[in-house]
Amino acid sequence: MTADKKFPDPLNQYRKKIEAGGHPKYHEKAKEQNKLFVRERLALLFDDGKYEEDGKFANFSAGDLPADGVVTAIGKVNGQTVCAMANDSTIKAGSWGAKTVEKIIRIQETAEKLKVPLFYLVDSAGARITDQLEMFPNRRGAGKIFYNQVKLSGMIPQVCLLFGPSAAGGAYIPAFCDIVIMVDKNASMYLGSPRMAEKVIGEKVTLEEMGGARMHCTVSGCGDVLVFNEQEALESAKKYISYFPSSFKEKPRIIAGKAAIANRSLEEIIPGNQNAPFDMYECIDNLADHKSFYEIKKLFAPEIITGLARLDGRAIGIIANQPKVKGGVLFVDSADKAAKFIQLCDAFHIPLLFLADVPGFMIGTRVERAGIIRHGAKLIAAMSSATVPKISVIVRKAYGAGLYAMAGPAFEPDCCIALPTAQIAVMGPEAAVNAVYSNKINEITDPKERIAFIQARQKEYKEHIDIYKLASELIIDDIVAPSELREELTRRFAFYETKEMQFSVRKHPVYPV
Amino acid sequence: MKEITATMAGTVLNIFAAVGEQITPGQEVVMLESMKMEIPIESETEGTVKELRVNIGDFVNEGDILIVLV
Repeated sequence: MTADKKFPDPLNQYRKKIEAGGHPKYHEKAKEQNKLFVRERLALLFDDGKYEEDGKFANFSAGDLPADGVVTAIGKVNGQTVCAMANDSTIKAGSWGAKTVEKIIRIQETAEKLKVPLFYLVDSAGARITDQLEMFPNRRGAGKIFYNQVKLSGMIPQVCLLFGPSAAGGAYIPAFCDIVIMVDKNASMYLGSPRMAEKVIGEKVTLEEMGGARMHCTVSGCGDVLVFNEQEALESAKKYISYFPSSFKEKPRIIAGKAAIANRSLEEIIPGNQNAPFDMYECIDNLADHKSFYEIKKLFAPEIITGLARLDGRAIGIIANQPKVKGGVLFVDSADKAAKFIQLCDAFHIPLLFLADVPGFMIGTRVERAGIIRHGAKLIAAMSSATVPKISVIVRKAYGAGLYAMAGPAFEPDCCIALPTAQIAVMGPEAAVNAVYSNKINEITDPKERIAFIQARQKEYKEHIDIYKLASELIIDDIVAPSELREELTRRFAFYETKEMQFSVRKHPVYPV
Repeated sequence: MKEITATMAGTVLNIFAAVGEQITPGQEVVMLESMKMEIPIESETEGTVKELRVNIGDFVNEGDILIVLV
């Protein structure tokens, strides 16, 4: 709580001094960088700006280390109890001393005991080298923070808002969180600074290139959401957490639903030509409650779309191929992106909706060398072992292992339904005819005859994989008109609410990584 | 000088820009074909086409330069 005038001094004076943070020159510097003071951030995070703080007097006797550079607090966010730790960059650049570390560990323990989400508001230069013996190697040293994060993963939501640097070992705080929201230009993550890189390996590089927010949100995938100021970061985090229960022991809240609003209908959006691009975001607009879609990793591997949304008020996770980008083909990064998102939703009982329009996994030397097989295995393992309600919608095509990755029939979706435009096959008609009749095609010398032969074989193939034939064989559970899809999904997810299943009996799987 | 590059390996199916043409961000400039899919390549920036580095039918790898803008 903030200082209360009814208390006599010196308590009030002491509190005011602590709450003022570091030297005014560091506050000025933060302002120049468009940074808020740590207590302003917390006031914006918590409902009505109110929170209870532990360890306010940490390192009080040192005189110049108010709260030892970190505020740990508990309060309400959207009416939900939440714990938070927040670095104070006006005190020794938010670096960690022994009390800093102890406070972070304690708020983690509090969040664990209460089973409530934990927010990490990070803006820290890393460890205080001068304090290393007290804060680095010991049993309750910095390592314990990461140990706890791993232990808490999947138990409670862990949210990282990165306002400034997250350097060296500290960079693992975001890495172990469920989501990392980064402020463009100010946030950064790196193990070794550009200065260190130049000294140790001779590389000359800028901080932005090596560990900037945009790089991490577009290239490395360490960042999930790129925002342009701190207020936006805090609003984004509040919206994100609104989809989640407090812990794995609860289910997400269902709120009043809203209609979906889209510029065009699904019939207008989805081209008949299986090979033509279209924008899957328009399909999501047709299905999700208006303005409910919260996208995760929008800028990273955009050939697959992952995000939280509401369907008539119910929280769901959407995994959708994006035919407009790289044809919706699955790559190494898209597989990783979808795998983590599926694990996130499954951990907190958020049902999964797969929207499939996928030509398969990418082929070629480059992706084979990058290990596309093991990355694809990661996605298929995550999707297989997810026990939340899963609905697979074949929007247009689902070829090869793409069908498997998008929760095809063998992977026990609660249902696999298709739009009339759907086509399920090992490969598309053009590729299949080329593969099967390659020699025969080459033997036909007359071009007209060759084209006629190819077209006839393709027609046969299309009949063989006709979606009504697949429905007749019970391969898919239903064919749905595009105009009926949202209502059908809403009803089905409501029916599947009571689903309970244990995927497998064992200690844990040997994960493909 | 700005470069528009291939987002993935494939064959150049069509080119929608000519030397000297003004390009706006988001404009579709090349259509690749890969994995039997049409892959539109859009310009991220504005500029004037200085050079077309590829022809229809060429195979390109991910990252190859397709068009140079000034």
